[in-house]
Amino acid sequence: MTAPVPPHADTPRRVRVVLADAARERRARQARVELAEQTRVGEALVKGLMRAQLALALRLAAVVAIGLGALPLFFAAAPTVAARRPFGVPLPWLLLGVAAYPFLLGVGWAYVHLTERNERDFTDLVERP
Amino acid sequence: MNGYAVPALVAVTLLTLVIGAFGVRLGRTTSDFLVASRSVSPTWNAAAISGEYLSAASFLGVAGLVLKHGVDMLWYPVGFAAGYLALLLFVAAPLRRSGAFTLPDFCELRLGSTGLRKLATAFVIFIGWLYLVPQLRGAGLTLRVVTHGRYELGVLVVGVVVTANVALGGMRAITFVQAFQYWLKLVALAVPVAFLLLHWQADGRPAVTPPGGPVFAHATTVRFDQETGFTLTAPVVVQVPTGALDGASGTVPLAAGGHRVTAGARVLFPAGAEVPRVRDVDVDRGADWLLPFQPGDRGLFGTYSLILATFLGTMGLPHVLVRFYTNPDGSAARRTTLVVLGLVGLFYLLPTLYGVLGRVYTPHLLLTGQTDAVVLLLPGAVVGGTGGELLGALVAAGAFAAFLSTSSGLLTSVAGVLSTDLLGRGSVRDFRIAALVAGAVPLALALRVDTLDVSEAVGLAFAVAASSFCPMLVLGIWWRGLTDVGAAAGVLVGGGAAAAAVLATVLGAPSHGWAAVLLGQPAAATVPLAFLVMIGVSLATRRRVPANVGATMLRLHAPDALRL
Repeated sequence: MTAPVPPHADTPRRVRVVLADAARERRARQARVELAEQTRVGEALVKGLMRAQLALALRLAAVVAIGLGALPLFFAAAPTVAARRPFGVPLPWLLLGVAAYPFLLGVGWAYVHLTERNERDFTDLVERP
Repeated sequence: MNGYAVPALVAVTLLTLVIGAFGVRLGRTTSDFLVASRSVSPTWNAAAISGEYLSAASFLGVAGLVLKHGVDMLWYPVGFAAGYLALLLFVAAPLRRSGAFTLPDFCELRLGSTGLRKLATAFVIFIGWLYLVPQLRGAGLTLRVVTHGRYELGVLVVGVVVTANVALGGMRAITFVQAFQYWLKLVALAVPVAFLLLHWQADGRPAVTPPGGPVFAHATTVRFDQETGFTLTAPVVVQVPTGALDGASGTVPLAAGGHRVTAGARVLFPAGAEVPRVRDVDVDRGADWLLPFQPGDRGLFGTYSLILATFLGTMGLPHVLVRFYTNPDGSAARRTTLVVLGLVGLFYLLPTLYGVLGRVYTPHLLLTGQTDAVVLLLPGAVVGGTGGELLGALVAAGAFAAFLSTSSGLLTSVAGVLSTDLLGRGSVRDFRIAALVAGAVPLALALRVDTLDVSEAVGLAFAVAASSFCPMLVLGIWWRGLTDVGAAAGVLVGGGAAAAAVLATVLGAPSHGWAAVLLGQPAAATVPLAFLVMIGVSLATRRRVPANVGATMLRLHAPDALRL
């Protein structure tokens, strides 16, 4: 990547020094060291993150297991509902042939959104103890 | 014979080679060659992953199965797409952060065992070849249907082109080729289907499931490749220009009941005639086809087994995982997977329509059992004339793109593990030699196998992947207690049982009762078995948990923003 060269490239940029920033940076470095060196605090932090991420993945997997996985049982248990024809197409064809895909995409989108929030929370926790 | 088909197939093949050669010029270093130097943007990468994933099974097989068996078969495409959701939820980001390029790499990184690495290599090769054979078979079938050429020729052409392209081009070239092929496949199904629907509308929307079973929409000549017995429920008068029907030829009036036709015979059925039932061709009719789980269907166990195999098998397919290494970091891997889920889902809206319209316009495939050809034959049967031939050529080109891209991806990953683990140490030269070896074996197998349902063979590859690599990946990423002995035991027992079921099915297993269901769809039994064995043996060998498991877990799960 080549950024365009500013007109006065050799003049050093003005930097505002805020003492709190430096302190925060120091604490963040400390936290990273704790994580990397596997101290008990670091280990507990990672375990907490893993637990949160796994719980999220399992919850969304359950949504799919119920939303899609229960369909065969449902069709078997309620054949009259399965024989209904909204828009002239039998319900199982409509659900499996069309509706399943936006549903899967929606669950995927929700996962990416929520898991990134978990990671942001974790990063904030580490960098701002 | 479609005059535009051969030029279309040649064009796709040439374009593949040209784009591949263009990619070769861009790839200069060994790492470019093997992993595209991790510099592929998420959109390109997602299109490439989808292009690689949508195989002959998706392009031809799904429509054929829907034509034959109806609504229960929609679980195949739904499962093929949902597999990416499972991959996204449990595997994508941690696997990318682990830095593993192949499944054997992951075994070594996470569990530090070279023995397990060897076992994983063996499974990668088995799954890769199991998946490659139906691709090559699909290519042979396409060439036979479209050009009336020889089956062996199609197998050879695709086999040789793919092997050469992989050996010469490497991963960088493959990425561009496959991204292009995703869009080609989508267009090749989407454009003809628009014409098909317009024609169906103009024909006054003929019923997909007429009350008396499927009927011939137009007067149709059916060619019987082998001696066939069929039954009719109503009398009909047919023409037999070649061969003999019940010993007669010319104009033959048929009564309701059983009839026999010689091999090589052609029979002209009039428009509106009922499609006879053939004893040897397993086809669902009427309500069986339209609604789930009528008596006599595979039943709940088979359906759940299929769902489990496809949902969990995708993450264990070698050619899918290799792709994740080309993402720059874990969150890019997640975003790529999400785009793939969208692209794949978009594609799978289409094959169902071919299967359904095939019921109206190409019901003779139900007589001959060649339902895998429905996508190829439908445009010509419905539209007719030059337009029909052009659409048929487009579909054939899309089908060829499907074989080329999936086999390239599979071959790249099989050659990758062969060159790093068995034949050499992973140099470009080793990779090229490995590609030749990896391509030759399935080519030889595909030339011999002529009776294999494309989608079902692919389904079996999914079942093996779901019972071996899926438990290892999921437990390896989320459970600190996994040991190398536990992982090896689980892969051997679960994957081994699934592989044994596959071999039994391919070699001709019982076709009735529970044994047939269990062998044909083993995943619902073998996946839980693999998980249980893996957990149980790991608990029993607790002292073998790697000492650095904490550091590994940190690497797999720490957010990219921390840059540890």
